[in-house]
Amino acid sequence: MSIPIFVISVLTVAGALAAMTLKNTIHCVLALTVAFAGVALLFLGLDAQFVGFAQILVYIGAVVILVVFAVLLTRSSETPEEGSHSRTWFTGLAISAGVFAVLGWAVLASVNGLPNETAAPDVNVHKIGNALMGRYVLPLEIVALLLTAATIGAVIVAMHEKARTK
Amino acid sequence: MIQTLDQIFVLFKNWLVGFLPAGWQVAAGVVLCVIAIIAVYPALFAIAVLLERKGLGRMQNRYGPNRVGPFGLFQPVADGIKALVKEDIVPLRADRVVHFLAPVVLVPIVFMGFAVLPMGRHMVLVNMDSGLLFFFAMGASTELAVFMAGWSSRNKYSLLGAMRAIAQMISYEVVLLLSSVAVVMIAGSLSLVKIVESQNHYTGIFPHWYVFTPWGLAGFLIFVVASTAETNRSPFDLPEGESEIVAGYFTEYSGFKFALFFLGEYVEMFAVAALGTTLFLGGWTAPFSFLGWVPTWIWFFAKILTWICVFIWFRGTLPRLRQDQLMNFAWKFVLPFSLLNLVVVALWRFLGPGWEQWVICSAILLVAYVVMGRTAFTLKNIGPRKYRYAE
Repeated sequence: MSIPIFVISVLTVAGALAAMTLKNTIHCVLALTVAFAGVALLFLGLDAQFVGFAQILVYIGAVVILVVFAVLLTRSSETPEEGSHSRTWFTGLAISAGVFAVLGWAVLASVNGLPNETAAPDVNVHKIGNALMGRYVLPLEIVALLLTAATIGAVIVAMHEKARTK
Repeated sequence: MIQTLDQIFVLFKNWLVGFLPAGWQVAAGVVLCVIAIIAVYPALFAIAVLLERKGLGRMQNRYGPNRVGPFGLFQPVADGIKALVKEDIVPLRADRVVHFLAPVVLVPIVFMGFAVLPMGRHMVLVNMDSGLLFFFAMGASTELAVFMAGWSSRNKYSLLGAMRAIAQMISYEVVLLLSSVAVVMIAGSLSLVKIVESQNHYTGIFPHWYVFTPWGLAGFLIFVVASTAETNRSPFDLPEGESEIVAGYFTEYSGFKFALFFLGEYVEMFAVAALGTTLFLGGWTAPFSFLGWVPTWIWFFAKILTWICVFIWFRGTLPRLRQDQLMNFAWKFVLPFSLLNLVVVALWRFLGPGWEQWVICSAILLVAYVVMGRTAFTLKNIGPRKYRYAE
C-alpha cells in the first residue's frame, strides 16, 4: 500500500468514526463529509476519475446538503444535554458488524473469481459513456424510472400533508 | 513573433523550469502554474471590485470611490490593508472551530475550478479527461462552506441566509449542468480543451462558437441566468439581501475572514464566467478570423471582463426577486426549458448539416418559449394592479 492511499484511508476511517461519536449532530454531518471526501480521494488515487468526481458531486454536493436540511428542519437540530447516542447501540453494532462481515467476505471471495490482470485497464469517460448508452442502457433506464417514481412519491407525501391542514 | 507572444507565458515557465534538474521539472511547472493562478485572479478581483464600484456609481448617478490615488485607482489597496488590520470578532456563542474553517474551506475549493480551464492555447494546468465534471464537483462543494459559515455563527440572519443560499444554489446548479450538457453532446467530450478546439473553426470571417446556433443561444441564455444565481449576484442576491437579513451567511464575519468570503464570491464569479466563455463563446478563440494574430490569452481575459461588466450592469438595473419567484422560475420555467433544449440538441445532431436543422430547431425553441411564457402569465393572473385601502 502506498503512503498517500494509507493516509487517505486513515482520514476516511477517522471521519466515519467521528461521525458516530461526536455529540453535536451538525458536527457529525461535517465529519461524515470528511469520510465521503476520503472515499472520493481513494477513487481518484485508483485512477477512477469519473467515479471520484461523481462521488464528490453527488455525496458532498447533494447528499450531505440533504442530511443537513433534514437535521435542521426537524426538532433534532438542538442537541440534548446527554448527547445524541442511541440506547440501542448494541443492536446497531451487531447489525453493522454482520453487514461488514458479509461485504468483506464477498470482496475477498471475488478476488479468486476475477481474471488476474497485469496491466491497469485503460478506461476513460468516453468509454464509460458508450457503455452506459450501449450495453447498460436498460439498467440505466430502470434506475431513472426508480428515481422518478421516488420523486413523485415524495411530492405526493408532501401534498397529502398540505391537504390535511386545510 | 506572433507565436512567441501567444505562448509567452508557456515559454517563460519552460525557461524558469529549465534551471532545475530533470527530475524536478514537472513538479516545479505545476507549482509555477498554481502560483500564477493564485496571483492573477485576486488581481482581477481588485480590478473587478473597483470597476463595480465605479460602474454602479455611474449608474446610480454618483461618482463612486475617487479619493485614494488618481481616480480612486488605489481604493482596492486601501480596502485590502483595512481588511488585514481590522479586529477579527467571533461571536461568543459561535462554534469557533467551524466558524474558522468555513472561509478556509471555501477559498481553496473556489480556486480549484481554474485547474481545468484553458486560458489560452496550451495554457491549461491539467488537461483532464473529465474536466467539466471536475469543475462542477468543485462548484457543488462550495455549498457546504456556505452552510458551515451560516450555521456556526449562531445568528438567525446567518442561518436564514445560508438556507436561502443552499436552496438557490442547488436549484440553479441543476440548470447550469443541464445547459452545459448540451455543449457536451455536440462536442462529444467532457474535456474543456477539446470543447474549445471544436469551436475553433471559421466560416468566412465568423467563428463557429456554439452561441451562434439555436440550441447554443438558448443554452447560453439559460447559463447566464443560472450563473448569476449560482454566484448569488443581483437580481438573485437573496442570500445576502441587505434589506432583509443584514449580510446573510457572512453577517458575523469581520476583518480578513470577511475579505476571504468577498474574494471567494468574486473568484467564483470569474470561474463561472470563464466556464461560460469556454462552453459557448469559444474560450480563447478570436471573434473574427482576421484577428487571429492577437494573443489567445488576451481574448480569454477580455471575454471574462466583458462578462463581469454584464454582471455589474445586471446589478445596477434589476430589482431583487422574491424567494418564491426565484424557486418557481428555476423549477417551472428554466428547468423544463433546458430539458427541451437537450432534445433539440439531439435533433440538431441527427438532422445533420443543412438549412433544415436551423429552421426546425429555432422553431421548436421559439414556440416553446412563447407558449411557456404565455401560459405562466395567464396562470399568474398578472394584470392591472388592484389597490386595497383600509376602510
